[in-house]
Amino acid sequence: MVAAVELRAITKRFPGVVANDRVDFEAAEGEVHALLGENGAGKSTLSNILTGLYRPDDGEILIRGAPVSFHAPRDALDAGICMVHQHFRLVPPFTVAENVILGDHRGEGKKLMVHPRRIERQVAELGERYRIAVDPRARIWQLSLGEQQRVEILKALYREARILILDEPTAVLTPQEASSLFETLRVMADEGRTIIFISHKLHEVKAVSDRVTVLRAGKNVDTVSTKDATLRSLAALMVGREVAMANRVERETGTGEPVLEVRDLWGAGDRGGDALRGVSLTVHCGEIVAIAGVAGNGQRELAETVTGMRSASRGDVAVDGRRLRSGDAREAIRAGVAHVPEDRLHTGVAPSLSIAANIVLKSYRGSENANGPLLKLRAIREHAARLIHRYDVRGGSPELPARQLSGGNLQKVVLAREFHGAPRVLVVASPTRGLDVAAIETVHRYLREAAASGVGVLLISEDLDEILALADRIAVIYEGVIVGERDAGEATVEEIGLLMAGGQSE
Amino acid sequence: MIRVERRLTQPKWLMFAVPIGSVVVAFGVMTLVLLVTHHSPGHTFLRLFETAFVGRQSLNATFVSATPLLFTGLCAAIAFRMQIFNIGGEGQLYMGAILGAAAGIAVGNHSGWVSIPAMIAAGAVGGAAFALIPAILRAFLSTNEIITSLMLNYVGALVINYLIFDSQSYWRDTSSPTAKVFPQGKSLPAAASWPVAHVGALVLPFGLIAGAVIAVVIWVLYTRTRFGFEVQVIGDSPRAASYAGMRTRRKILAVMALSGAVAGIGGASQDGDFRHTLDPRGLTSAGYGYAGIVIAALARYNPFAVCLVAFLLGGVQNAGYALQGADFPSGLVGVMQGLILFCALGGELLIRYRVRFARGTRTSEAVA
Repeated sequence: MVAAVELRAITKRFPGVVANDRVDFEAAEGEVHALLGENGAGKSTLSNILTGLYRPDDGEILIRGAPVSFHAPRDALDAGICMVHQHFRLVPPFTVAENVILGDHRGEGKKLMVHPRRIERQVAELGERYRIAVDPRARIWQLSLGEQQRVEILKALYREARILILDEPTAVLTPQEASSLFETLRVMADEGRTIIFISHKLHEVKAVSDRVTVLRAGKNVDTVSTKDATLRSLAALMVGREVAMANRVERETGTGEPVLEVRDLWGAGDRGGDALRGVSLTVHCGEIVAIAGVAGNGQRELAETVTGMRSASRGDVAVDGRRLRSGDAREAIRAGVAHVPEDRLHTGVAPSLSIAANIVLKSYRGSENANGPLLKLRAIREHAARLIHRYDVRGGSPELPARQLSGGNLQKVVLAREFHGAPRVLVVASPTRGLDVAAIETVHRYLREAAASGVGVLLISEDLDEILALADRIAVIYEGVIVGERDAGEATVEEIGLLMAGGQSE
Repeated sequence: MIRVERRLTQPKWLMFAVPIGSVVVAFGVMTLVLLVTHHSPGHTFLRLFETAFVGRQSLNATFVSATPLLFTGLCAAIAFRMQIFNIGGEGQLYMGAILGAAAGIAVGNHSGWVSIPAMIAAGAVGGAAFALIPAILRAFLSTNEIITSLMLNYVGALVINYLIFDSQSYWRDTSSPTAKVFPQGKSLPAAASWPVAHVGALVLPFGLIAGAVIAVVIWVLYTRTRFGFEVQVIGDSPRAASYAGMRTRRKILAVMALSGAVAGIGGASQDGDFRHTLDPRGLTSAGYGYAGIVIAALARYNPFAVCLVAFLLGGVQNAGYALQGADFPSGLVGVMQGLILFCALGGELLIRYRVRFARGTRTSEAVA
């Protein structure tokens, strides 16, 4: 049988990264095919290629055996490929029916006159047939996220999509909504459609798919039949066996006094609801504690709440036994909490300001940089020049705008600033994302040095290799709760992977 | 296919080439307009230049026109630096004029040493208070300050008109018989007249000098102090500011109050320097506040550049009054001023964006 869609040796490079490296992928009609991989494994790039958003640098796309070349998303739509994005592409003030025809350039959406009643009837019929009924006259802003997702699926059905790609569709759903979504997907597959289901949650993949293709670091690792796979074997494929302890550098972990204590921390997320649901953890002097987890399980909220950028709704954070005022970043800084944020370009630095300004971003009030209300501009410039030299910021001069630095050098500026403040606690979020190998090693070396000098390091990362290379203790966060904690010595990749994906370790 | 792309770097030479090019284009288009309307372009441009910038009288008149523009230009630049878009310079100027006039009348005819500081302080308080309304809404309720400050301009205009035309207020002159028929403001006492400085043959209004001093103060504040540093960081990246523990709300209030205060002093300067009464009709028809926004944009929010641009635009405005007459309708003057502003602002786009006439390939891909 000819595959509904086939990708042959797809390669896509971005500056400094090979997002897809000769990836092969093939899905049949009537199949739910899961695409599994960690963040940055290349899943999104692959689906963007399949939907015509990116053009591959190399490789072939075949639809029902015929080679195609997509120049724009519209070409992919014409070929019957629809995608339900993680962040919905809906117009909030419009009705469901209006959103469904919007951008449908072949049929109703192209006409000057639309017949709302007829479309509403069609949408209602589709909704009933696939058990995803939504009031066609409701406006998007009135709908829950789960209902909005139904609208996205209705859009695809209305366009008679043969191939439907869903990017982490359950991220916004309750477990009940998720299982009803799975039923709908099954119905659609039974009609002969192809469903490509992108996820990094193992139990979902196991529950819904027929086959699984696993991507890791831009390459496809394997395609297996779901019924032959176990959660454990999928986890091993996803995170990779060989990572293990290869990069680990042993160091003295003279665990000292507790320096950071987080007790029963609750906090709201950006999308409503509680992103943190009672997190408790302790970091001691000289210790690196890693928070492992799949993106969007409360890591960002945890980092921001501990560092005072975000208010907690319940629970507290203490440094050296002293409770911090919730939501007061200045107090956290004063108490010695340094923070290397996830979004280094827009949070970690003010991008248009000079490197010198960014180096004193937190210390400009201090007596070494300011004389009463006046800044000591020369002292600041000299200080910046010294740190640029010491941290080897390539191509950096104090006056250069920070955004002109490469990612790795920008991160060095952030690290230089944060370490220079003589911190007690260092909260680091995805410190090496997007960096090249050399820069990663530099960053890791700095983190080890910080721990060796007695700083308590809280490392939040989605990169298990990094966690295994650095951490003394690993806590796994899942849906805002720490679901397991292991000493690095006794943790296995499979076990951590399983916990990350919401599985229970036995 | 024409594509407009954002420039990643802004070459130095563009900073000079674009403004000069814009003015050249403006005069080019204006030449066409003048030819179509049967005026001699050469003659007109020469007169424009002469009445704006050549000779003692022209320059003195230009200083008078430039004074309020300097204040409103600084008002806008102060706020825009932090990406707070205070469009309310107009209304803040009215409020400054109202309180400034009240102070001038209340202090009475004793000494300029009392009257003038009192008027400046009252004007600043009036402008700042009026600017704090959108500031508080923005800081605590995330209301769009562009809309609120703009709307308050209309409120300000209604208030100032009400005080003179529709009420027996403190500001209204009710003593003389003519004033009962034609409403007008009370004349300020002589002590409330601001002095002028004679530099050679030039006459500099006190307000202009005060504005220049304020420009220097603002420059020092924004480039040399912790306050200015915070303003820069917040303006560039509010997230980075909150990450660094800066108090963004307080800064919004402070910057808006400062911005409003400067416009308010501009209002007081109108009372003290030129009008010597609260003059609603003159103030509301001038549109100083809106011109200030244009000036701040052209000056790229740099206080010294604001001084220069205010002077140039003051000259154009002043020349406009001189040009218009029987053979030169005032509408044409407006067209000319409009064209210069339009081209200058349009040229700004070229500094930040580049236009390419090529078959487009996707260039803005990012790692997803």
